[in-house]
Amino acid sequence: MTNAGNDHGLEGGMTNTGDDYDLEGQIAEWRAYMHRRRELNRADAEELEDHLRSRISELTEVGLRPDEGFLIAVKRMGSLDELSREFAREHSERLWKQLVLPGEPDTPAAARSRRELPVMVLCAAVAALAFKVPSWFGLDLDDDAGFYTSNFSLFALPALAAYFAWQRRVGIRVIGVLAALFVLGAVAANAYPLDDDSQSIVLTAIHLPLALWLVVGVAYVGGDWRSSRRRMDFIRFTGEWLIYFVLIGLGGGVLTAFTVGTFDAIGLNVEGFIESWLVPCGAMAGVVVAAWLVEAKQSVIENMAPVLTRVFTPLFVVALLSFLVAMIWTTNGINVERDALILFNLLLVIVLGLLLYAISARDLTARPGLFDRLQLALVVSALIIDVMVLVAITGRITEWGFSPNKTAALGENVVLLTNLAWSAWLFLGFVRGRMPFARLEHWQTRYMIVYAAWAWTVVLVFPLVFNFA
Amino acid sequence: MHITKDLVAASATPLVLGILAEGESYGYAILKQVNELSGGQLEWTDGLLYPLLHRLERLGHVEADWQTPPGGRRRKYYRITDQGRAELAEQRRQWAAVVDTLRSVWSATQSITSITAPAWEAG
Repeated sequence: MTNAGNDHGLEGGMTNTGDDYDLEGQIAEWRAYMHRRRELNRADAEELEDHLRSRISELTEVGLRPDEGFLIAVKRMGSLDELSREFAREHSERLWKQLVLPGEPDTPAAARSRRELPVMVLCAAVAALAFKVPSWFGLDLDDDAGFYTSNFSLFALPALAAYFAWQRRVGIRVIGVLAALFVLGAVAANAYPLDDDSQSIVLTAIHLPLALWLVVGVAYVGGDWRSSRRRMDFIRFTGEWLIYFVLIGLGGGVLTAFTVGTFDAIGLNVEGFIESWLVPCGAMAGVVVAAWLVEAKQSVIENMAPVLTRVFTPLFVVALLSFLVAMIWTTNGINVERDALILFNLLLVIVLGLLLYAISARDLTARPGLFDRLQLALVVSALIIDVMVLVAITGRITEWGFSPNKTAALGENVVLLTNLAWSAWLFLGFVRGRMPFARLEHWQTRYMIVYAAWAWTVVLVFPLVFNFA
Repeated sequence: MHITKDLVAASATPLVLGILAEGESYGYAILKQVNELSGGQLEWTDGLLYPLLHRLERLGHVEADWQTPPGGRRRKYYRITDQGRAELAEQRRQWAAVVDTLRSVWSATQSITSITAPAWEAG
Protein backbone atom coordinates (compact mmCIF):
# COMPACT_ATOMS: atom_id res chain seq x y z
CA MET A 1 0.00 0.00 0.00
CA THR A 2 1.72 3.13 -1.16
CA ASN A 3 0.67 6.45 -2.43
CA ALA A 4 0.51 6.49 -6.16
CA GLY A 5 0.15 9.12 -8.82
CA ASN A 6 -3.07 11.02 -9.11
CA ASP A 7 -4.75 10.10 -12.37
CA HIS A 8 -8.31 10.74 -11.41
CA GLY A 9 -8.60 13.23 -14.23
CA LEU A 10 -10.53 15.84 -12.28
CA GLU A 11 -8.18 18.75 -12.69
CA GLY A 12 -11.17 20.98 -13.34
CA GLY A 13 -11.26 21.61 -9.62
CA MET A 14 -7.89 23.32 -9.74
CA THR A 15 -9.17 26.46 -11.35
CA ASN A 16 -12.51 26.49 -9.68
CA THR A 17 -11.98 28.14 -6.32
CA GLY A 18 -13.87 30.43 -4.04
CA ASP A 19 -17.28 30.42 -2.45
CA ASP A 20 -19.17 29.23 -5.50
CA TYR A 21 -17.14 26.02 -5.55
CA ASP A 22 -19.40 23.08 -6.42
CA LEU A 23 -18.20 20.30 -4.12
CA GLU A 24 -21.25 18.10 -4.70
CA GLY A 25 -20.76 18.36 -8.44
CA GLN A 26 -17.14 17.31 -8.10
CA ILE A 27 -18.04 14.39 -5.89
CA ALA A 28 -20.75 13.33 -8.35
CA GLU A 29 -18.19 13.42 -11.14
CA TRP A 30 -15.78 11.34 -9.06
CA ARG A 31 -18.58 8.88 -8.34
CA ALA A 32 -19.26 8.57 -12.06
CA TYR A 33 -15.61 7.64 -12.57
CA MET A 34 -16.01 4.94 -9.92
CA HIS A 35 -19.17 3.53 -11.49
CA ARG A 36 -17.43 3.16 -14.80
CA ARG A 37 -15.13 0.53 -13.30
CA ARG A 38 -16.57 -2.93 -13.43
CA GLU A 39 -14.39 -4.07 -10.54
CA LEU A 40 -16.18 -1.66 -8.22
CA ASN A 41 -19.82 -2.31 -7.56
CA ARG A 42 -22.34 0.19 -6.26
CA ALA A 43 -21.75 -0.67 -2.60
CA ASP A 44 -17.98 -0.27 -2.97
CA ALA A 45 -18.40 3.11 -4.62
CA GLU A 46 -20.71 4.19 -1.81
CA GLU A 47 -18.23 3.05 0.81
CA LEU A 48 -15.39 4.90 -0.89
CA GLU A 49 -17.53 8.01 -1.27
CA ASP A 50 -18.27 7.96 2.45
CA HIS A 51 -14.53 7.80 3.02
CA LEU A 52 -13.92 10.68 0.64
CA ARG A 53 -16.52 12.84 2.34
CA SER A 54 -15.10 12.05 5.80
CA ARG A 55 -11.66 13.06 4.60
CA ILE A 56 -12.91 16.29 3.01
CA SER A 57 -14.87 17.36 6.07
CA GLU A 58 -11.86 16.70 8.29
CA LEU A 59 -9.64 18.79 6.02
CA THR A 60 -12.11 21.67 5.79
CA GLU A 61 -12.46 21.66 9.59
CA VAL A 62 -8.75 22.43 9.93
CA GLY A 63 -9.13 25.40 7.60
CA LEU A 64 -8.74 24.15 4.03
CA ARG A 65 -11.13 25.31 1.31
CA PRO A 66 -13.49 22.61 -0.02
CA ASP A 67 -11.73 22.44 -3.39
CA GLU A 68 -8.37 21.92 -1.69
CA GLY A 69 -9.92 19.34 0.60
CA PHE A 70 -11.39 17.53 -2.38
CA LEU A 71 -8.09 17.43 -4.24
CA ILE A 72 -6.16 16.11 -1.25
CA ALA A 73 -8.86 13.56 -0.43
CA VAL A 74 -8.88 12.23 -3.99
CA LYS A 75 -5.10 12.14 -4.05
CA ARG A 76 -4.96 10.22 -0.79
CA MET A 77 -7.57 7.77 -2.04
CA GLY A 78 -4.96 6.54 -4.48
CA SER A 79 -4.99 6.20 -8.23
CA LEU A 80 -8.14 4.71 -9.66
CA ASP A 81 -6.13 2.22 -11.68
CA GLU A 82 -4.35 0.91 -8.64
CA LEU A 83 -7.58 0.83 -6.71
CA SER A 84 -9.32 -1.10 -9.48
CA ARG A 85 -6.45 -3.54 -9.60
CA GLU A 86 -6.68 -4.24 -5.89
CA PHE A 87 -10.44 -4.59 -6.05
CA ALA A 88 -10.10 -6.89 -9.05
CA ARG A 89 -7.66 -9.05 -7.13
CA GLU A 90 -10.13 -9.40 -4.28
CA HIS A 91 -13.30 -9.58 -6.39
CA SER A 92 -12.08 -11.32 -9.54
CA GLU A 93 -15.52 -12.86 -10.00
CA ARG A 94 -16.86 -9.46 -11.00
CA LEU A 95 -14.82 -9.53 -14.19
CA TRP A 96 -16.83 -12.58 -15.22
CA LYS A 97 -20.36 -11.55 -15.94
CA GLN A 98 -22.69 -13.90 -14.17
CA LEU A 99 -25.69 -15.24 -15.94
CA VAL A 100 -28.20 -17.22 -13.93
CA LEU A 101 -27.67 -15.54 -10.60
CA PRO A 102 -28.39 -11.84 -11.03
CA GLY A 103 -25.42 -9.83 -9.78
CA GLU A 104 -27.33 -7.01 -8.11
CA PRO A 105 -30.34 -8.44 -6.32
CA ASP A 106 -32.24 -5.17 -6.24
CA THR A 107 -32.57 -4.72 -10.00
CA PRO A 108 -36.05 -5.14 -11.48
CA ALA A 109 -34.68 -7.68 -13.97
CA ALA A 110 -33.90 -10.04 -11.10
CA ALA A 111 -37.49 -10.00 -9.89
CA ARG A 112 -38.72 -10.79 -13.39
CA SER A 113 -36.35 -13.71 -13.87
CA ARG A 114 -37.50 -15.18 -10.55
CA ARG A 115 -41.04 -15.41 -11.89
CA GLU A 116 -39.81 -16.73 -15.20
CA LEU A 117 -37.93 -19.69 -13.82
CA PRO A 118 -40.96 -21.73 -12.64
CA VAL A 119 -42.79 -21.09 -15.92
CA MET A 120 -39.75 -22.18 -17.88
CA VAL A 121 -39.44 -25.36 -15.78
CA LEU A 122 -43.12 -26.07 -16.34
CA CYS A 123 -42.80 -25.65 -20.12
CA ALA A 124 -39.67 -27.83 -20.18
CA ALA A 125 -41.49 -30.51 -18.19
CA VAL A 126 -44.44 -30.38 -20.58
CA ALA A 127 -42.07 -30.71 -23.54
CA ALA A 128 -40.33 -33.68 -21.91
CA LEU A 129 -43.55 -35.47 -20.93
CA ALA A 130 -45.19 -34.78 -24.30
CA PHE A 131 -42.66 -37.15 -25.77
CA LYS A 132 -43.97 -39.95 -23.55
CA VAL A 133 -47.67 -39.36 -24.27
CA PRO A 134 -47.77 -41.42 -27.52
CA SER A 135 -46.29 -44.41 -25.70
CA TRP A 136 -49.34 -44.49 -23.40
CA PHE A 137 -51.37 -45.18 -26.52
CA GLY A 138 -49.17 -48.08 -27.50
CA LEU A 139 -46.83 -46.32 -29.93
CA ASP A 140 -43.38 -47.76 -29.41
CA LEU A 141 -40.17 -45.83 -30.10
CA ASP A 142 -38.69 -48.76 -32.07
CA ASP A 143 -41.73 -50.25 -33.76
CA ASP A 144 -43.30 -46.91 -34.75
CA ALA A 145 -40.12 -45.11 -35.70
CA GLY A 146 -41.90 -43.42 -38.62
CA PHE A 147 -44.36 -41.75 -36.27
CA TYR A 148 -41.58 -40.39 -34.07
CA THR A 149 -39.50 -39.32 -37.08
CA SER A 150 -42.20 -37.11 -38.52
CA ASN A 151 -43.54 -35.89 -35.17
CA PHE A 152 -40.46 -35.15 -33.06
CA SER A 153 -40.72 -31.41 -33.56
CA LEU A 154 -44.31 -31.45 -32.32
CA PHE A 155 -43.32 -32.38 -28.77
CA ALA A 156 -41.04 -29.52 -27.76
CA LEU A 157 -41.86 -26.63 -30.07
CA PRO A 158 -45.48 -26.09 -28.91
CA ALA A 159 -44.20 -25.89 -25.33
CA LEU A 160 -41.53 -23.42 -26.44
CA ALA A 161 -44.11 -21.33 -28.29
CA ALA A 162 -46.33 -21.43 -25.20
CA TYR A 163 -43.43 -20.17 -23.07
CA PHE A 164 -42.90 -17.21 -25.39
CA ALA A 165 -46.63 -16.59 -25.66
CA TRP A 166 -46.76 -16.34 -21.86
CA GLN A 167 -43.62 -14.28 -21.63
CA ARG A 168 -44.60 -11.81 -24.36
CA ARG A 169 -48.23 -11.67 -23.12
CA VAL A 170 -49.53 -12.15 -26.66
CA GLY A 171 -53.18 -11.57 -27.48
CA ILE A 172 -55.83 -14.23 -27.94
CA ARG A 173 -55.77 -13.83 -31.73
CA VAL A 174 -52.08 -14.65 -31.95
CA ILE A 175 -52.55 -17.65 -29.66
CA GLY A 176 -55.30 -18.84 -32.02
CA VAL A 177 -53.00 -18.48 -35.04
CA LEU A 178 -50.18 -20.32 -33.24
CA ALA A 179 -52.49 -23.17 -32.20
CA ALA A 180 -53.91 -23.44 -35.72
CA LEU A 181 -50.44 -23.65 -37.26
CA PHE A 182 -49.34 -26.36 -34.82
CA VAL A 183 -52.50 -28.33 -35.54
CA LEU A 184 -51.80 -27.94 -39.26
CA GLY A 185 -48.28 -29.28 -38.63
CA ALA A 186 -49.68 -32.24 -36.72
CA VAL A 187 -52.11 -32.97 -39.54
CA ALA A 188 -49.37 -32.73 -42.16
CA ALA A 189 -47.16 -35.11 -40.20
CA ASN A 190 -49.85 -37.74 -39.64
CA ALA A 191 -52.68 -37.46 -42.14
CA TYR A 192 -50.73 -38.64 -45.20
CA PRO A 193 -50.19 -42.39 -45.59
CA LEU A 194 -46.38 -42.25 -45.73
CA ASP A 195 -44.27 -45.40 -45.53
CA ASP A 196 -41.56 -45.50 -42.88
CA ASP A 197 -38.90 -45.83 -45.59
CA SER A 198 -40.37 -43.30 -48.04
CA GLN A 199 -38.47 -40.21 -49.10
CA SER A 200 -41.39 -38.01 -48.16
CA ILE A 201 -41.23 -39.00 -44.49
CA VAL A 202 -37.59 -37.91 -44.35
CA LEU A 203 -38.45 -34.63 -46.07
CA THR A 204 -41.27 -34.04 -43.58
CA ALA A 205 -38.90 -34.85 -40.70
CA ILE A 206 -36.49 -32.17 -41.98
CA HIS A 207 -38.95 -29.48 -43.09
CA LEU A 208 -41.65 -29.66 -40.43
CA PRO A 209 -39.21 -28.57 -37.67
CA LEU A 210 -38.14 -25.66 -39.89
CA ALA A 211 -41.73 -24.63 -40.52
CA LEU A 212 -42.65 -24.95 -36.85
CA TRP A 213 -39.49 -23.12 -35.76
CA LEU A 214 -40.71 -20.13 -37.75
CA VAL A 215 -44.08 -20.52 -35.99
CA VAL A 216 -42.15 -20.31 -32.73
CA GLY A 217 -40.71 -17.14 -34.23
CA VAL A 218 -44.21 -15.68 -34.39
CA ALA A 219 -44.56 -16.33 -30.67
CA TYR A 220 -41.04 -15.02 -30.05
CA VAL A 221 -41.81 -11.66 -31.65
CA GLY A 222 -45.05 -11.50 -29.67
CA GLY A 223 -47.21 -11.71 -32.78
CA ASP A 224 -45.50 -8.67 -34.30
CA TRP A 225 -44.13 -10.77 -37.16
CA ARG A 226 -44.31 -8.00 -39.73
CA SER A 227 -41.65 -5.96 -37.95
CA SER A 228 -38.28 -6.28 -39.63
CA ARG A 229 -36.40 -5.46 -36.41
CA ARG A 230 -38.25 -8.12 -34.44
CA ARG A 231 -37.55 -10.71 -37.14
CA MET A 232 -33.87 -9.85 -36.86
CA ASP A 233 -34.15 -10.45 -33.12
CA PHE A 234 -35.53 -13.88 -33.87
CA ILE A 235 -32.57 -14.59 -36.17
CA ARG A 236 -30.20 -13.56 -33.37
CA PHE A 237 -32.15 -15.73 -30.97
CA THR A 238 -31.94 -18.72 -33.33
CA GLY A 239 -28.16 -18.53 -33.54
CA GLU A 240 -27.67 -18.27 -29.81
CA TRP A 241 -30.28 -20.95 -29.15
CA LEU A 242 -28.45 -23.36 -31.44
CA ILE A 243 -25.17 -22.78 -29.64
CA TYR A 244 -26.74 -23.23 -26.22
CA PHE A 245 -28.62 -26.31 -27.35
CA VAL A 246 -25.39 -27.89 -28.57
CA LEU A 247 -23.66 -27.03 -25.28
CA ILE A 248 -26.53 -28.54 -23.30
CA GLY A 249 -26.34 -31.58 -25.57
CA LEU A 250 -22.63 -31.98 -24.79
CA GLY A 251 -23.39 -31.80 -21.07
CA GLY A 252 -26.19 -34.32 -21.56
CA GLY A 253 -23.77 -36.66 -23.29
CA VAL A 254 -21.42 -36.54 -20.30
CA LEU A 255 -24.36 -37.15 -17.95
CA THR A 256 -25.51 -40.12 -20.03
CA ALA A 257 -22.07 -41.66 -20.17
CA PHE A 258 -21.64 -41.39 -16.40
CA THR A 259 -25.10 -42.74 -15.68
CA VAL A 260 -24.53 -45.79 -17.86
CA GLY A 261 -21.01 -46.35 -16.54
CA THR A 262 -21.77 -46.01 -12.84
CA PHE A 263 -24.88 -48.22 -12.94
CA ASP A 264 -22.98 -50.71 -15.04
CA ALA A 265 -20.36 -50.87 -12.27
CA ILE A 266 -22.96 -52.18 -9.82
CA GLY A 267 -24.34 -54.61 -12.37
CA LEU A 268 -27.47 -52.69 -13.40
CA ASN A 269 -28.24 -52.09 -17.06
CA VAL A 270 -29.96 -48.73 -17.45
CA GLU A 271 -29.64 -48.40 -21.20
CA GLY A 272 -33.36 -48.94 -21.64
CA PHE A 273 -34.08 -46.00 -19.35
CA ILE A 274 -31.48 -43.88 -21.12
CA GLU A 275 -32.89 -44.60 -24.55
CA SER A 276 -36.56 -44.19 -23.78
CA TRP A 277 -36.45 -41.51 -21.09
CA LEU A 278 -33.23 -39.62 -20.44
CA VAL A 279 -32.09 -38.83 -23.99
CA PRO A 280 -35.44 -38.02 -25.69
CA CYS A 281 -37.03 -36.24 -22.73
CA GLY A 282 -33.77 -34.44 -21.99
CA ALA A 283 -33.52 -33.24 -25.58
CA MET A 284 -37.12 -31.97 -25.53
CA ALA A 285 -36.59 -30.14 -22.24
CA GLY A 286 -33.25 -28.86 -23.55
CA VAL A 287 -35.07 -27.03 -26.35
CA VAL A 288 -36.95 -24.91 -23.79
CA VAL A 289 -34.04 -24.53 -21.38
CA ALA A 290 -31.72 -23.32 -24.14
CA ALA A 291 -34.32 -20.75 -25.19
CA TRP A 292 -34.67 -19.54 -21.63
CA LEU A 293 -30.89 -19.27 -21.27
CA VAL A 294 -30.67 -17.16 -24.41
CA GLU A 295 -33.39 -14.85 -23.13
CA ALA A 296 -31.85 -14.60 -19.66
CA LYS A 297 -28.36 -13.83 -20.87
CA GLN A 298 -29.03 -11.71 -23.93
CA SER A 299 -28.10 -8.47 -22.21
CA VAL A 300 -25.49 -10.00 -19.91
CA ILE A 301 -23.09 -11.82 -22.17
CA GLU A 302 -21.82 -11.04 -25.61
CA ASN A 303 -23.61 -13.04 -28.29
CA MET A 304 -21.61 -16.03 -29.42
CA ALA A 305 -22.90 -16.47 -32.99
CA PRO A 306 -21.40 -13.19 -34.29
CA VAL A 307 -18.11 -14.04 -32.59
CA LEU A 308 -17.99 -17.40 -34.35
CA THR A 309 -18.91 -15.62 -37.57
CA ARG A 310 -15.96 -13.27 -37.19
CA VAL A 311 -13.64 -16.20 -36.64
CA PHE A 312 -14.93 -18.39 -39.45
CA THR A 313 -15.72 -15.92 -42.24
CA PRO A 314 -12.04 -15.42 -43.21
CA LEU A 315 -11.40 -19.16 -42.93
CA PHE A 316 -14.34 -20.01 -45.18
CA VAL A 317 -13.25 -17.37 -47.69
CA VAL A 318 -9.83 -19.01 -47.84
CA ALA A 319 -11.37 -22.48 -48.16
CA LEU A 320 -13.78 -21.48 -50.94
CA LEU A 321 -11.21 -19.49 -52.89
CA SER A 322 -8.68 -22.31 -52.72
CA PHE A 323 -11.39 -24.71 -53.86
CA LEU A 324 -12.06 -22.48 -56.86
CA VAL A 325 -8.35 -22.14 -57.65
CA ALA A 326 -7.81 -25.88 -57.31
CA MET A 327 -10.73 -26.60 -59.61
CA ILE A 328 -9.47 -24.20 -62.29
CA TRP A 329 -5.83 -25.30 -61.90
CA THR A 330 -6.54 -29.02 -62.21
CA THR A 331 -9.45 -28.52 -64.62
CA ASN A 332 -11.27 -31.20 -62.64
CA GLY A 333 -15.01 -30.94 -63.12
CA ILE A 334 -17.29 -31.31 -60.14
CA ASN A 335 -18.13 -34.96 -59.62
CA VAL A 336 -21.89 -34.72 -59.83
CA GLU A 337 -22.99 -37.50 -57.54
CA ARG A 338 -26.48 -37.72 -56.23
CA ASP A 339 -25.44 -36.20 -52.90
CA ALA A 340 -23.58 -33.29 -54.49
CA LEU A 341 -26.62 -31.03 -54.39
CA ILE A 342 -27.15 -31.66 -50.70
CA LEU A 343 -23.48 -30.95 -49.96
CA PHE A 344 -23.59 -27.66 -51.83
CA ASN A 345 -26.93 -26.80 -50.27
CA LEU A 346 -25.25 -27.13 -46.89
CA LEU A 347 -22.43 -24.91 -48.12
CA LEU A 348 -24.95 -22.23 -49.07
CA VAL A 349 -26.67 -22.60 -45.69
CA ILE A 350 -23.33 -22.05 -43.95
CA VAL A 351 -22.51 -19.02 -46.08
CA LEU A 352 -25.98 -17.64 -45.47
CA GLY A 353 -25.54 -18.25 -41.74
CA LEU A 354 -22.20 -16.43 -41.74
CA LEU A 355 -23.84 -13.56 -43.61
CA LEU A 356 -26.87 -13.43 -41.32
CA TYR A 357 -24.91 -13.41 -38.08
CA ALA A 358 -22.49 -10.83 -39.37
CA ILE A 359 -25.50 -8.67 -40.23
CA SER A 360 -27.16 -9.38 -36.89
CA ALA A 361 -24.24 -7.91 -34.93
CA ARG A 362 -23.44 -5.03 -37.24
CA ASP A 363 -23.81 -1.39 -36.44
CA LEU A 364 -26.08 -0.38 -39.31
CA THR A 365 -24.57 3.08 -39.61
CA ALA A 366 -20.92 1.97 -39.68
CA ARG A 367 -19.03 2.53 -42.91
CA PRO A 368 -17.93 -0.44 -45.06
CA GLY A 369 -14.71 -2.00 -43.79
CA LEU A 370 -12.35 -4.86 -44.54
CA PHE A 371 -14.66 -7.41 -42.96
CA ASP A 372 -17.49 -6.37 -45.28
CA ARG A 373 -15.26 -6.95 -48.30
CA LEU A 374 -14.35 -10.38 -46.93
CA GLN A 375 -18.02 -11.10 -46.51
CA LEU A 376 -18.71 -10.05 -50.09
CA ALA A 377 -15.88 -12.28 -51.31
CA LEU A 378 -17.39 -15.15 -49.33
CA VAL A 379 -20.84 -14.71 -50.84
CA VAL A 380 -19.56 -14.22 -54.38
CA SER A 381 -17.26 -17.26 -54.29
CA ALA A 382 -20.07 -19.40 -52.87
CA LEU A 383 -22.32 -18.17 -55.69
CA ILE A 384 -19.76 -19.00 -58.37
CA ILE A 385 -19.27 -22.49 -56.97
CA ASP A 386 -23.00 -23.08 -56.71
CA VAL A 387 -23.69 -21.87 -60.27
CA MET A 388 -21.03 -24.28 -61.55
CA VAL A 389 -22.67 -27.09 -59.60
CA LEU A 390 -26.07 -26.20 -61.01
CA VAL A 391 -24.73 -26.06 -64.58
CA ALA A 392 -23.11 -29.46 -64.12
CA ILE A 393 -26.21 -30.92 -62.55
CA THR A 394 -28.97 -29.65 -64.86
CA GLY A 395 -28.21 -32.19 -67.55
CA ARG A 396 -28.40 -35.01 -65.06
CA ILE A 397 -31.62 -33.97 -63.40
CA THR A 398 -33.85 -35.29 -66.16
CA GLU A 399 -31.81 -38.48 -66.21
CA TRP A 400 -32.50 -39.06 -62.50
CA GLY A 401 -36.13 -38.01 -62.74
CA PHE A 402 -37.88 -35.72 -60.29
CA SER A 403 -37.98 -37.72 -57.10
CA PRO A 404 -39.12 -35.88 -53.93
CA ASN A 405 -35.53 -35.72 -52.65
CA LYS A 406 -34.11 -34.30 -55.88
CA THR A 407 -36.90 -31.78 -56.23
CA ALA A 408 -36.55 -30.61 -52.64
CA ALA A 409 -32.75 -30.33 -52.93
CA LEU A 410 -33.04 -28.38 -56.18
CA GLY A 411 -35.77 -26.14 -54.78
CA GLU A 412 -33.69 -25.37 -51.71
CA ASN A 413 -30.72 -24.56 -53.88
CA VAL A 414 -32.78 -22.10 -55.87
CA VAL A 415 -34.21 -20.50 -52.71
CA LEU A 416 -30.74 -20.03 -51.20
CA LEU A 417 -29.16 -18.98 -54.48
CA THR A 418 -31.76 -16.27 -54.99
CA ASN A 419 -31.20 -14.94 -51.52
CA LEU A 420 -27.41 -14.89 -51.84
CA ALA A 421 -27.41 -13.43 -55.34
CA TRP A 422 -29.54 -10.47 -54.31
CA SER A 423 -27.54 -10.17 -51.07
CA ALA A 424 -24.33 -9.99 -53.11
CA TRP A 425 -25.86 -7.25 -55.25
CA LEU A 426 -26.92 -5.25 -52.21
CA PHE A 427 -23.56 -5.89 -50.53
CA LEU A 428 -21.73 -4.64 -53.58
CA GLY A 429 -23.82 -1.49 -53.54
CA PHE A 430 -23.02 -1.02 -49.86
CA VAL A 431 -19.27 -1.61 -50.22
CA ARG A 432 -19.19 0.94 -53.04
CA GLY A 433 -21.02 3.37 -50.80
CA ARG A 434 -24.20 3.57 -52.87
CA MET A 435 -26.62 1.82 -50.59
CA PRO A 436 -27.29 1.87 -46.86
CA PHE A 437 -26.56 -1.34 -45.01
CA ALA A 438 -30.10 -1.47 -43.68
CA ARG A 439 -31.29 -2.54 -47.15
CA LEU A 440 -29.37 -5.81 -46.73
CA GLU A 441 -30.84 -6.43 -43.31
CA HIS A 442 -34.31 -5.67 -44.58
CA TRP A 443 -33.85 -8.07 -47.49
CA GLN A 444 -32.81 -10.90 -45.16
CA THR A 445 -35.68 -10.39 -42.75
CA ARG A 446 -38.23 -10.11 -45.57
CA TYR A 447 -36.87 -13.30 -47.13
CA MET A 448 -37.80 -15.33 -44.04
CA ILE A 449 -41.33 -15.60 -45.40
CA VAL A 450 -39.88 -17.52 -48.39
CA TYR A 451 -38.32 -20.08 -46.05
CA ALA A 452 -41.64 -20.51 -44.28
CA ALA A 453 -43.53 -20.88 -47.56
CA TRP A 454 -41.01 -23.38 -48.89
CA ALA A 455 -40.94 -25.50 -45.73
CA TRP A 456 -44.75 -25.67 -45.57
CA THR A 457 -44.89 -26.50 -49.29
CA VAL A 458 -42.54 -29.44 -48.85
CA VAL A 459 -44.50 -30.67 -45.83
CA LEU A 460 -48.01 -30.17 -47.21
CA VAL A 461 -47.81 -30.34 -51.02
CA PHE A 462 -44.89 -32.67 -51.82
CA PRO A 463 -46.50 -35.89 -50.52
CA LEU A 464 -49.57 -35.18 -52.65
CA VAL A 465 -47.57 -34.31 -55.78
CA PHE A 466 -45.32 -37.34 -55.50
CA ASN A 467 -48.04 -39.80 -54.49
CA PHE A 468 -46.57 -40.30 -51.00
CA ALA A 469 -43.36 -41.71 -52.45
CA MET B 1 11.05 7.88 7.72
CA HIS B 2 9.50 5.92 4.89
CA ILE B 3 8.31 2.41 5.63
CA THR B 4 8.60 0.10 2.64
CA LYS B 5 5.63 -1.24 0.76
CA ASP B 6 6.20 -4.86 1.78
CA LEU B 7 6.30 -4.04 5.47
CA VAL B 8 3.17 -1.91 5.23
CA ALA B 9 1.36 -4.70 3.42
CA ALA B 10 2.52 -7.37 5.86
CA SER B 11 1.45 -5.40 8.92
CA ALA B 12 -1.89 -4.30 7.51
CA THR B 13 -3.94 -7.36 8.47
CA PRO B 14 -2.88 -7.55 12.16
CA LEU B 15 -3.29 -3.79 12.46
CA VAL B 16 -6.84 -3.81 11.12
CA LEU B 17 -7.81 -6.87 13.13
CA GLY B 18 -6.24 -5.35 16.24
CA ILE B 19 -8.19 -2.13 15.84
CA LEU B 20 -11.44 -4.00 15.20
CA ALA B 21 -10.80 -6.14 18.29
CA GLU B 22 -11.39 -2.94 20.30
CA GLY B 23 -14.88 -2.58 18.84
CA GLU B 24 -16.71 -2.18 15.54
CA SER B 25 -15.54 0.57 13.25
CA TYR B 26 -15.59 1.82 9.66
CA GLY B 27 -12.94 2.41 7.05
CA TYR B 28 -12.15 6.04 7.63
CA ALA B 29 -11.99 5.65 11.42
CA ILE B 30 -9.70 2.64 11.12
CA LEU B 31 -7.37 4.60 8.89
CA LYS B 32 -7.28 7.56 11.27
CA GLN B 33 -6.49 5.24 14.16
CA VAL B 34 -3.62 3.61 12.26
CA ASN B 35 -2.28 7.06 11.52
CA GLU B 36 -2.48 8.17 15.15
CA LEU B 37 -1.01 4.95 16.56
CA SER B 38 1.98 5.08 14.21
CA GLY B 39 2.53 8.78 14.77
CA GLY B 40 1.97 9.36 11.06
CA GLN B 41 4.81 7.06 10.03
CA LEU B 42 2.66 4.31 8.56
CA GLU B 43 1.23 5.74 5.36
CA TRP B 44 -1.57 3.90 3.64
CA THR B 45 -3.21 4.82 0.39
CA ASP B 46 -6.73 5.40 1.65
CA GLY B 47 -8.57 3.43 -0.99
CA LEU B 48 -6.52 0.30 -0.59
CA LEU B 49 -7.84 -0.30 2.91
CA TYR B 50 -11.17 -1.38 1.42
CA PRO B 51 -10.03 -4.34 -0.68
CA LEU B 52 -8.25 -5.53 2.47
CA LEU B 53 -11.41 -5.20 4.55
CA HIS B 54 -13.35 -7.08 1.88
CA ARG B 55 -10.77 -9.84 1.87
CA LEU B 56 -11.01 -10.19 5.65
CA GLU B 57 -14.78 -10.27 5.28
CA ARG B 58 -14.59 -13.01 2.66
CA LEU B 59 -12.23 -15.05 4.84
CA GLY B 60 -14.68 -14.71 7.72
CA HIS B 61 -12.32 -12.74 10.00
CA VAL B 62 -14.70 -9.78 10.10
CA GLU B 63 -18.40 -9.20 9.55
CA ALA B 64 -19.87 -6.09 7.98
CA ASP B 65 -23.21 -4.37 7.76
CA TRP B 66 -24.57 -1.05 6.59
CA GLN B 67 -25.81 1.27 9.33
CA THR B 68 -27.27 4.73 9.20
CA PRO B 69 -26.59 6.67 12.37
CA PRO B 70 -29.32 9.25 13.13
CA GLY B 71 -28.62 12.36 11.09
CA GLY B 72 -25.58 10.74 9.48
CA ARG B 73 -24.58 9.09 6.23
CA ARG B 74 -25.13 5.41 5.47
CA ARG B 75 -21.90 3.70 6.34
CA LYS B 76 -20.45 0.19 6.30
CA TYR B 77 -19.33 -0.98 9.75
CA TYR B 78 -16.93 -3.84 10.32
CA ARG B 79 -16.84 -6.13 13.35
CA ILE B 80 -14.30 -8.82 14.26
CA THR B 81 -15.51 -12.42 14.50
CA ASP B 82 -14.29 -15.21 16.78
CA GLN B 83 -12.34 -16.60 13.87
CA GLY B 84 -10.82 -13.14 13.38
CA ARG B 85 -9.76 -13.05 17.02
CA ALA B 86 -8.08 -16.42 16.63
CA GLU B 87 -6.33 -15.13 13.51
CA LEU B 88 -5.23 -12.02 15.39
CA ALA B 89 -3.79 -14.15 18.22
CA GLU B 90 -1.94 -16.27 15.69
CA GLN B 91 -0.54 -13.19 13.92
CA ARG B 92 0.53 -11.72 17.24
CA ARG B 93 2.48 -14.86 18.02
CA GLN B 94 4.19 -14.74 14.64
CA TRP B 95 5.02 -11.04 14.88
CA ALA B 96 6.33 -11.50 18.41
CA ALA B 97 8.65 -14.22 17.16
CA VAL B 98 9.87 -12.01 14.31
CA VAL B 99 10.40 -9.00 16.57
CA ASP B 100 12.22 -11.10 19.19
CA THR B 101 14.50 -12.56 16.57
CA LEU B 102 15.29 -9.18 15.08
CA ARG B 103 16.01 -7.76 18.53
CA SER B 104 18.46 -10.52 19.41
CA VAL B 105 20.14 -10.26 16.00
CA TRP B 106 20.60 -6.52 16.40
CA SER B 107 21.97 -6.72 19.93
CA ALA B 108 24.48 -9.36 18.74
CA THR B 109 25.59 -7.43 15.65
CA GLN B 110 25.76 -4.01 17.28
CA SER B 111 29.48 -4.52 18.06
CA ILE B 112 30.18 -5.69 14.49
CA THR B 113 28.55 -2.70 12.79
CA SER B 114 30.49 -0.31 14.98
CA ILE B 115 33.76 -1.97 13.96
CA THR B 116 33.12 -2.28 10.24
CA ALA B 117 31.41 1.05 9.75
CA PRO B 118 34.65 3.09 9.53
CA ALA B 119 36.02 0.67 6.94
CA TRP B 120 32.99 1.30 4.65
CA GLU B 121 33.28 5.01 5.14
CA ALA B 122 36.91 4.81 4.17
CA GLY B 123 36.05 2.74 1.08
